[in-house]
Amino acid sequence: RYYEYMFGQSRRWKRGHRPLGGRAEPELLQLQVVIEARDPGCHSYPHLASSEAYHLTVTEPVAILKADEVWGALRGLETFSQLVHEDDYGSFLVNESEIDDFPRFAHRGILLDTSRHYLPLKSILTNLDAMAFNKFNVLHWHIVDDQSFPYQSIYFPELSDKGAYSYNHIYTPTDVHLVIEYARLRGIRVVPEFDTPGHTQSWGKGQKDLLTPCYSGERPTGSFGPVNPILNTTYDFMTKFYKEISSVFPDAYIHLGGDEVNFDCWKSNPEVKEFMKKQGFGTDYAKLESYYIQKILDIVSSYNKGYVVWQEVFDNKAQLKPDTVVQVWMGNNYAHELSSVTAAGFTAILAAPWYLDYISYGQDWKKYYSVEPLNFPGSEKQKKLLIGGEACLWGEFVDATNLTPRLWPRASAVGERLWSSRNVTDLQDAYERLTNHRCRML
Amino acid sequence: AENEPPWGTPCTQLLVFIATPGCDGFPSLDSKENYKLSVSEDSLLLSADAIWGALRGLETFSQLVGRDENGTYYINKTEIVDFPRFPHRGLLLDTSRHYLPLRAILETLDVMAYNKFNVFHWHIVDDPSFPYESLTFPELSKQGAFNAMTHVYTANDVQTVIEYARLRGIRVIAEFDTPGHTLSWGPGAPGLLTPCYLGKDPSGTYGPINPILNSTYQFVTSLFKEVSTVFPDFFLHLGGDEVDFTCWKSNPKIRAFMKEMGFGEDYKKLESFYIQRLLNIISSLGKGYIVWQEVFDNRVKVRPDTIIHVWKENSAPYMEEMANVTKAGYRALLSAPWYLNRISYGQDWMAAYQVEPLKFEGVPEQKDRVIGGEACMWGEYVDVTNLAPRLW
Repeated sequence: RYYEYMFGQSRRWKRGHRPLGGRAEPELLQLQVVIEARDPGCHSYPHLASSEAYHLTVTEPVAILKADEVWGALRGLETFSQLVHEDDYGSFLVNESEIDDFPRFAHRGILLDTSRHYLPLKSILTNLDAMAFNKFNVLHWHIVDDQSFPYQSIYFPELSDKGAYSYNHIYTPTDVHLVIEYARLRGIRVVPEFDTPGHTQSWGKGQKDLLTPCYSGERPTGSFGPVNPILNTTYDFMTKFYKEISSVFPDAYIHLGGDEVNFDCWKSNPEVKEFMKKQGFGTDYAKLESYYIQKILDIVSSYNKGYVVWQEVFDNKAQLKPDTVVQVWMGNNYAHELSSVTAAGFTAILAAPWYLDYISYGQDWKKYYSVEPLNFPGSEKQKKLLIGGEACLWGEFVDATNLTPRLWPRASAVGERLWSSRNVTDLQDAYERLTNHRCRML
Repeated sequence: AENEPPWGTPCTQLLVFIATPGCDGFPSLDSKENYKLSVSEDSLLLSADAIWGALRGLETFSQLVGRDENGTYYINKTEIVDFPRFPHRGLLLDTSRHYLPLRAILETLDVMAYNKFNVFHWHIVDDPSFPYESLTFPELSKQGAFNAMTHVYTANDVQTVIEYARLRGIRVIAEFDTPGHTLSWGPGAPGLLTPCYLGKDPSGTYGPINPILNSTYQFVTSLFKEVSTVFPDFFLHLGGDEVDFTCWKSNPKIRAFMKEMGFGEDYKKLESFYIQRLLNIISSLGKGYIVWQEVFDNRVKVRPDTIIHVWKENSAPYMEEMANVTKAGYRALLSAPWYLNRISYGQDWMAAYQVEPLKFEGVPEQKDRVIGGEACMWGEYVDVTNLAPRLW
């Protein structure tokens, strides 16, 4: 596909003929790609510790792209393709260069939300292409939520049968495999998020008794709240469900959500209240939330998966395994949160300043570019625990008709911030490169 | 019959009756867009005074047709008598900040028709680029377009837009904004723009159109003579907004002229001097004109049938401006609350929807002078890759 990227879109209307006089220009005949590791990784999946470093030497007659693993080769190939340009006569040129490159942060992600609005496969794949152009390496697939459940589960087909917007708004196992493979070929990890116990309205449609029935006084109102944490059936379901998820999604991590749990429904339910008493939680529902989360974390761990959680799980003091990744998303003083999370010894990823669904007039890419993730009080050791970040495009106002122009090229600013060195901060220079890059992406 | 469908006999024909067709003419401000739609078991009848009303009715009819789970098309029995509240319902596209390929403009015209818009305000040139290919002054686009081969509108392109619009009952009002917003005119028309000075010497940069030279008015006459012929609508939009006086002030010849004319230090008088001559030229060409509100605010002498386009949101509440403009006897167009290029998070369509154009203090005759409004999609951050989802 890189051949097509470099040579496919000739801008010239017709190939003009260069004056033949100076045929002594050096010619580049070949780009040799060398992957050094014994197991280059071509048949495996990218992971957090994958090596993405590469060394590119462009000189006549043969250019060499060297990388430890295939993931670095992909990054180098992307860079090489960006160096190739066309002159006015339709000749393709590349400057003699020597590049030694590697990412600053290992986790550079994009969050897509396919629950608020279904995103057809094509949309997701186009986005993966765009991510590769910007060296993003994680697709955080927020696949289900309150509004709809498009994930077709093998063990629990009713979930999408009853919970998706329609039969046409579903991701079959084949669809999911396609996304995972398409991503893999671009060195992109697919981290699925099945957000619980909140954000689960759509789960209740296909799974009876999963959600907590809300009460008004003595009577159930007919509406439901978060996942019911007091029933054994809940954990039986989750055990089986996460077994499936763990085998369908090859990445070492699963995102378990855990954000914005509204306690009102739990507080209204007499059985829940009874449980709180029995457990000695008093009126601290955060303890009930943690009780639930911990059991889920244990279930997921038993499948040998690591997990990512939204910050509330940490804030509400659930017992987390030391290798939990905490995603910081709340905008209010996120630097302080980063300090707390890393001080407690947990790995963190930053999303708070990069909620790209919050559109505004003008060149807002500049404010995303200007974020310095390590600008938080902490020791060197703490700073090492910030492994990267994600640009999030929540789907309340986004579907296939406007996803691409809304996400790109604004997300490119985040991509550079996460890959490039700390001192690459000049806005004017970034502007010039970004405008060229945008045209190239088109 | 056993399986009698719940609906009646299928309707096969929509009868369209037009009192005074005029299918070969162009829509105008006075066009009648009222229509009557009658849907019953035995007949589908659309009647209108003019073809323009028939188009609106056809659009409505097409929106009434539904499809059930079995795939059957149906329409509810209904009686509709419909007409627009305001005769000027426009959309502004800016093809200077970013070039918009023909297909983007035509697609926009289609969606305008779905929404019963009837004026395409084509802000065709401005500071960044001059994509309009002029027959009289080919150098303007040759030197002023982003790319003289790929980013221009040929005479053919322009006619295509005008005809495509006409077939949808949409008027095309071209805006050649002067004397400000004209940087792209400079390269193709040397001597047109005011050279700015740094002390005693020209700085090399240019400002608005030079209002003190005869050559300016000769140029303007020739250009607008062409524009008047190319665009059939009675109205032209002449711009007149945001004229920056700094360059004029720096130029010694202009300062001398100001003295000669007794304008003192009031450069608004110089601006008015230019605008007035421009308006006279346009009038002599038999066209009417729309101008941005500064022309009114700066007390330029305009013809009584001038239309003032209210766009400023910040300086004074725009409803005050609407009151003042209509009080002075001029017709007004409202755009201030409808700058759709100013995006924000969430359902901002509601703010646009809740605007009440006549919410100002005034007598009924004043209110009658509000002929409508325009949604504006300025092009600083808009091109073909994001125009449609941003606008609709």
